[in-house]
Amino acid sequence: MPFDVVIVGAGPAGLAAAIRLRQRATEQGEDLSVCVLEKGSEVGAHILSGAIVEPRALDELLPDWREQGAPLNTPARKDRFLWLTRRRAIPLMAPPQMHNKGNYIVSLGNLCRWLARQAEALGVEILPGFPAAEILYDDQGAVRGVATADMGRNPDGSEGLRFEPGVELHARQTLFCEGCHGSLAKQLMTRFDLRRDCDPQTYGLGIKELWEVDSPLHEPGRVVHTVGWPLDNGTYGGSFLYHLDERRVAVGLIVGLDYANPYLSPFEEMQRFKTHPAIRPLFEGGRRIAYGARALVEGGWQSLPRLSFPGGFIAGDSSGFLNVPKIKGTHNAMKSGMTAAEAILDRLRGEAPEGTDADDLRQRLEATWVMRELRRARNIRPAFRRGLWPGITLSAMDTYLLRGRAPWTLHHREDHAQLRPAAVSRPIDYPRPDGRITFDRLASVFLSNTHHEEGQPVHLKLRDATKPTALNLPVYDGPEARYCPAGVYEYVDNGNGGQRLQINAQNCVHCKTCDIKDPGQNIDWCVPQGGDGPNYPDL
Amino acid sequence: MKVLVPVKRVVDYNVRVRPRPDGTGVDTAHAKMSMNPFDEIAMEEAMRLKEGGVVDEVVAVSIGSGDCQDTLRSALAFGADRALLLESDTTDFEPVVISRILAAVVAEEAPDLVIMGKQAIDDDCNQTAQMLAGRLGWGQGTFACRLEVQDGEARVTREVDGGTRTVALSLPAVVSTDLRLNEPRYLKLPNIMKAKKKPLDRRAVAELGVDLTARTRVVAVTAPPERGPGVRVASVEELLDRLKNEAQVI
Ligand SMILES: Cc1cc2nc3c(=O)[nH]c(=O)nc-3n(C[C@H](O)[C@H](O)[C@H](O)COP(=O)(O)OP(=O)(O)OC[C@H]3O[C@@H](n4cnc5c(N)ncnc54)[C@H](O)[C@@H]3O)c2cc1C
Ligand SMILES: Cc1cc2nc3c(=O)[nH]c(=O)nc-3n(C[C@H](O)[C@H](O)[C@H](O)COP(=O)(O)OP(=O)(O)OC[C@H]3O[C@@H](n4cnc5c(N)ncnc54)[C@H](O)[C@@H]3O)c2cc1C
Ligand code: SF4
Repeated sequence: MPFDVVIVGAGPAGLAAAIRLRQRATEQGEDLSVCVLEKGSEVGAHILSGAIVEPRALDELLPDWREQGAPLNTPARKDRFLWLTRRRAIPLMAPPQMHNKGNYIVSLGNLCRWLARQAEALGVEILPGFPAAEILYDDQGAVRGVATADMGRNPDGSEGLRFEPGVELHARQTLFCEGCHGSLAKQLMTRFDLRRDCDPQTYGLGIKELWEVDSPLHEPGRVVHTVGWPLDNGTYGGSFLYHLDERRVAVGLIVGLDYANPYLSPFEEMQRFKTHPAIRPLFEGGRRIAYGARALVEGGWQSLPRLSFPGGFIAGDSSGFLNVPKIKGTHNAMKSGMTAAEAILDRLRGEAPEGTDADDLRQRLEATWVMRELRRARNIRPAFRRGLWPGITLSAMDTYLLRGRAPWTLHHREDHAQLRPAAVSRPIDYPRPDGRITFDRLASVFLSNTHHEEGQPVHLKLRDATKPTALNLPVYDGPEARYCPAGVYEYVDNGNGGQRLQINAQNCVHCKTCDIKDPGQNIDWCVPQGGDGPNYPDL
Repeated sequence: MKVLVPVKRVVDYNVRVRPRPDGTGVDTAHAKMSMNPFDEIAMEEAMRLKEGGVVDEVVAVSIGSGDCQDTLRSALAFGADRALLLESDTTDFEPVVISRILAAVVAEEAPDLVIMGKQAIDDDCNQTAQMLAGRLGWGQGTFACRLEVQDGEARVTREVDGGTRTVALSLPAVVSTDLRLNEPRYLKLPNIMKAKKKPLDRRAVAELGVDLTARTRVVAVTAPPERGPGVRVASVEELLDRLKNEAQVI
């Protein structure tokens, strides 16, 4: 099927790009067909974020969003920043990046659902339930579209009774907006060597729950961030507590995936976090209504790859526009999508041919607030590599004294290379779940509404099937069983006195952590059959 | 020959629902909605009859809010020729009302066969098909796991306790689908695009002039009791003892 533009991923970046493309085409009276593929069963089903959103990009894209009923209903009011020790909570001064005046606490999934309706009203074709599984190239090696995933294959890959082959969508330009660590973006990075002159990307894993609380401590608009306990001093991360309307609280813990101890379990850290004496009372008597997890990009300015290649562009968190000290990526993802839309139109109209400076999306973004903001924040995340307090000190210096204009740039390393062998690491003894405030993994995954139709090939592909038991288990004591927030990886008895890796692919919540953190870089996360994966209601 | 397939928009079967805090119903805000799985089976069966040359036209009908258009578009993507939405602000009509509305639709459309789900997975009533057949005075083949249509007759194999029973119905008739009737196809992307352009009529339910008053009132909706934690027993004797004296089940 031919389209002028195919966009992969209906997140904030992809939807903003689609809207901008159709707006510009309509202004010019051009006929421009735009199609958006989404792997979730519906738009928003796979979106998980905090989220406090800065409405800056939305103001530029759809200035009348208030009148059109965009679901930005809870203005952020009070900012609190706490340093937790095991028993105490010590208020710190919130750094300026964490001030949230003028921002809104939202469900990003619901914002995407709304953006999708705006896009459809502008004539965009949105196709949820159709993951892009393969990139199509022309004879010259330029991208010329994507193919959707096959449906109805048997576990061994052969065609089942209801087999439906994927469909090729041909496009004059293809825009990849798969969010953090996109599975096709990963292929593009290699194919076009897009990371040739930037730092490695570095990531965090965010685990989030939505609660309906029954506590007088609930206060819509309240924003709390914490650092410190339960994470040790060497591990980067922190929590967020955002008080929404209708007695709901979004709570999450983000753990930097450059952590070193293979015994660390981000999931267990999140459960433990809720038991802190300063945190627990908020959840006492409440009920957890949703659970999910998603990796986020933390590399910032120095990890941004090239964004242009023959036949298309990459935008949003697939390239990495999240501002770490703000923990916000939505506004940048949207703006990068909008800017990519302009670059696509210039290519199609022949005004900025491929390969010219004007065609370089990164250079185009240099002229916008996105890059100014990212450049200024660039030294904060790497400063924390030395630990919490050196990080806070260095980033305070960077923020208050140098105002982000330091003459140096600190660099990132690859997350998967940071694990220490189990033999030199300290096992962590996590408390058992109480079933009220803390839960086990399976009870949690249940609330993600994730589903993968049985009898399809496993979508977590091992490059070398022997590596889990040759490397991961003996050297790192099987870290995937701990970092996977959905209990997908399990080492079980192999019947010969040894162990083997069992992959419970049906539990996967598409967070991408295994593809990032696997010490042997042996796991390729691929899209499963259409529409499979979590069904997040309000995350 | 013409087939009418009623399709209901329900909370997707992968979504775990929870009662609203006030106990008046289930919280469905922002939950993913889909076509009732038994209605997908009905759509699939109707399409197989059409592809087999037995049926010329398949019409899908849904009753509910404007959002039911999504459900009808799925029916059109299955291959229905056209769709009818009977719109109303009420989305939870009880089976007796739905059967009245469907009877009015049948009077207008004059189908030879109505194929519908045996039940909707949201309220699990398992009544609508039977009530509709009774209202129309038509034969009914419920819990169908096999359907053959030939010479003005529908042969329906029904799932009954411990086996199957085959009945022959003279047309027109109502058939309600069970799980084993078929496995619905995956919707093809080109068909989803085509479905956006197929005719979908929207009318207000009120125009049909049927009595919409409910006969029942929902008193309370509660979650199933939570299961307590299990205990580990040391021996078979202890297990038996506990089953006898503590649980008092043997
Ligand atoms: C725990 C957490 C907290 C956060 N908090 C905040 C916050 O408070 N404020 C803020 O502004 N930002 C926050 N962010 C960051 C923000 O969520 C992201 O920056 C933003 O979602 C990026 O948008 P995107 O469109 O690039 O990608 P995404 O939002 O990830 O969307 C990508 C979409 O593409 C789809 N997709 C992926 N691959 C394919 C494929 N191959 N085929 C078809 N579809 C595909 C996905 O299903 C998804 O719908 C947070 C992130 C996390 C994880
Ligand atoms: C995959 C799956 C497997 C299951 N397996 C089992 C099992 O093995 N055993 C078991 O006991 N249960 C099983 N269940 C649960 C069981 O299906 C439910 O208990 C059941 O579907 C209930 O019916 P209802 O009586 O509410 O239907 P009704 O409300 O009577 O509706 C029946 C039909 O009426 C029509 N209709 C109703 N409302 C509308 C409307 N507004 N517009 C248009 N048409 C309408 C539709 O055609 C609908 O299918 C399963 C469910 C699923 C999803
Ligand atoms: S299998 Fe990988 S992508 Fe899926 S939930 Fe586990 S870590 Fe995340």
